[in-house]
Amino acid sequence: MQNLPDSRGRFGDFGGRYVAETLMPALFDLEKAYQEARRDPRFRADLKRYAAEYVGRPTPLFLCANLTARCAGAKIYLKREDLCHTGAHKVNNTLGQALLAVRMGKPRITAETGAGQHGVATATMAALFKRECEVFMGSVDVERQSLNVFRMKLLGAKVTPVDAGSRSLKDALNEALRDWIATVRDTYYLIGTAAGPHPYPMIVRDFQAVIGRETRRQIVAHEGRLPDVIIACVNGGSNAIGIFYPFIKDLAVRLVGVEAAGLGISGPMHAATLTAGQVGVLHGNRTYLLQDEMGQVRETHSIAAGLDYPGVGPEHAWLKDSGRASYAAVTDAEALEALRLLSECEGIIPALESSHAVAYALKLAPTLPRDQVIVVNLSGRGDKDMQTVAQAFGVTL
Amino acid sequence: MTNRSNTHSGRIGEKFRELATRREPALIPYIVAGDPGLEHTRRLVLELEARGADLIELGVPFSDPMADGPANQRAAARGLAAGATLPAILAMVTELRRTTQVPLILFGYFNPILRYGCDRLCADAARAGLDGLLVVDLPPEEARELARPARAAGLDIIYLLAPTTPLERSRVIARSASGFLYYVSVTGVTGARARIATDLAARLSELRTVTDLPIGVGFGISTPAQAREVAAFADAVVVGSAISQLIETHAGSDRLVEVVGDFAAALKAAMRTARDGGGAAVSA
Repeated sequence: MQNLPDSRGRFGDFGGRYVAETLMPALFDLEKAYQEARRDPRFRADLKRYAAEYVGRPTPLFLCANLTARCAGAKIYLKREDLCHTGAHKVNNTLGQALLAVRMGKPRITAETGAGQHGVATATMAALFKRECEVFMGSVDVERQSLNVFRMKLLGAKVTPVDAGSRSLKDALNEALRDWIATVRDTYYLIGTAAGPHPYPMIVRDFQAVIGRETRRQIVAHEGRLPDVIIACVNGGSNAIGIFYPFIKDLAVRLVGVEAAGLGISGPMHAATLTAGQVGVLHGNRTYLLQDEMGQVRETHSIAAGLDYPGVGPEHAWLKDSGRASYAAVTDAEALEALRLLSECEGIIPALESSHAVAYALKLAPTLPRDQVIVVNLSGRGDKDMQTVAQAFGVTL
Repeated sequence: MTNRSNTHSGRIGEKFRELATRREPALIPYIVAGDPGLEHTRRLVLELEARGADLIELGVPFSDPMADGPANQRAAARGLAAGATLPAILAMVTELRRTTQVPLILFGYFNPILRYGCDRLCADAARAGLDGLLVVDLPPEEARELARPARAAGLDIIYLLAPTTPLERSRVIARSASGFLYYVSVTGVTGARARIATDLAARLSELRTVTDLPIGVGFGISTPAQAREVAAFADAVVVGSAISQLIETHAGSDRLVEVVGDFAAALKAAMRTARDGGGAAVSA
């Protein structure tokens, strides 16, 4: 498999730079700065040091003995990204990009956020590196995720509610891009997922690929071989591409992305872009999109706010079309059940997003022989979701 | 400097040549199709032409208008609610072409075009009587799949240049453009601004060293005084958000079309005086 993206920022037919002209020069500058940084031993040393001493890397790979016994099939391992500082894998990317912003001399960092995890991870880095920080968040999400809004403010960030469109993640992204169009000279736009215009999908993937590199080393230490299946939840797809990427050339390793089927993909209430979308262009990249027959972007639903976006990173679109990865979808109800089960069986409360990956593993494991090995990327912890989960289980807090 | 590869033969080129002989800058109003309804849009086009518009940009409403400020975002939402789909807009243009020859430019975002099909859109747009396409999120690097059928259909592709665009890049963009070049006068999204960028005259004269195409200026121009100021050195002035705002204010009124027409007339009148007293000489 060739190294992607190509010089045009493409993964096959996907990716590219579909942005207003005002941003094009900034994207070229960013690409150049990133290529210089990744070759600079000092940048790499900084990244490594903060990853170890601030984020808490490497994160453990844990064999779920109880869950494995219960499924009576393949062994289930969890890659514990939920143990990262700020509670999810998001920080791997915000650390790398914040170091890049510092290197580029940008005094201001902006971000979009849905559930607030990426917003918190960005505000965290802005505090650490003394940057001004503004986070755009749909006004519906500001209400739903008041805890994370408070965390961001505590970290010194300005949280700007977005009242346009559906007032959720997609609109927060629109607003972050509008802000960047106006402030491009002194602002570093820190996108939270492996999507957006080139070079972002590449940059985010590279900073998240630490997950897959560690997993590879750890599973070989445990099992003496590579895993048979790797499972991760996908929306934008940064945690999934992070764990998939170092295994892409190992064709014997099955890569499975799990999307949010919400209330079911037969209706409109889901966010299963690769399962049910068509090729389109949104937020700077060509990829699969949930859209109507006139090319208007549809509103989505998932119980997991971090999976509630109508697009997907372009590398996943390419992995799907090339057949290298496969994509499944899991409903709200299945994800909730997986969250309950993992909590009860292993004492680990997963984020609702990650629960989608766990749910698929629970379906798959019993169908596989006992000598097979599954790794699930547990991308985040569930603390942020307790309000939503309690409500879903009919409990008043 | 000449642009032999993109000499413009359609209505857009003719219009600019005609205006150049009179040393008159073009007024290009932008309205979102279907705002507040497609029948309004049809009547607005005719009224705008009657009141001094030289070319007209028809916005294709999109669910995620990333380069637009609040006024045009709301206009797009009204257009979507009124059912202004590409097929409906093309049907309206076909209807308009029975009565007017004013150059019409389709202005929008790429996804609705991609979904419709680039080849099919260009063929249908030309057949309906459109003259040019301006796709905000389609820089020349990504435009090949649209530029080729556009050229085959005789449609001009209009590209944006921004204050952040280096001159060398402007030269490359100008080479693939036709009709005119659209200089974005502010580092920002569409919408009214209190004042015109102070370096605008300098930027335009710099751009004229790399292209012979007419240069229109837009984003942020909202008053007759600002239109006059820009018309002193631009070949065309685009006014959009201010009209969207006006349409919003008068959407329920019988006088909507007349009010918008009055505004266009005021813009054009101000622009006509731009080169009388001390404005820079322009050759388009």
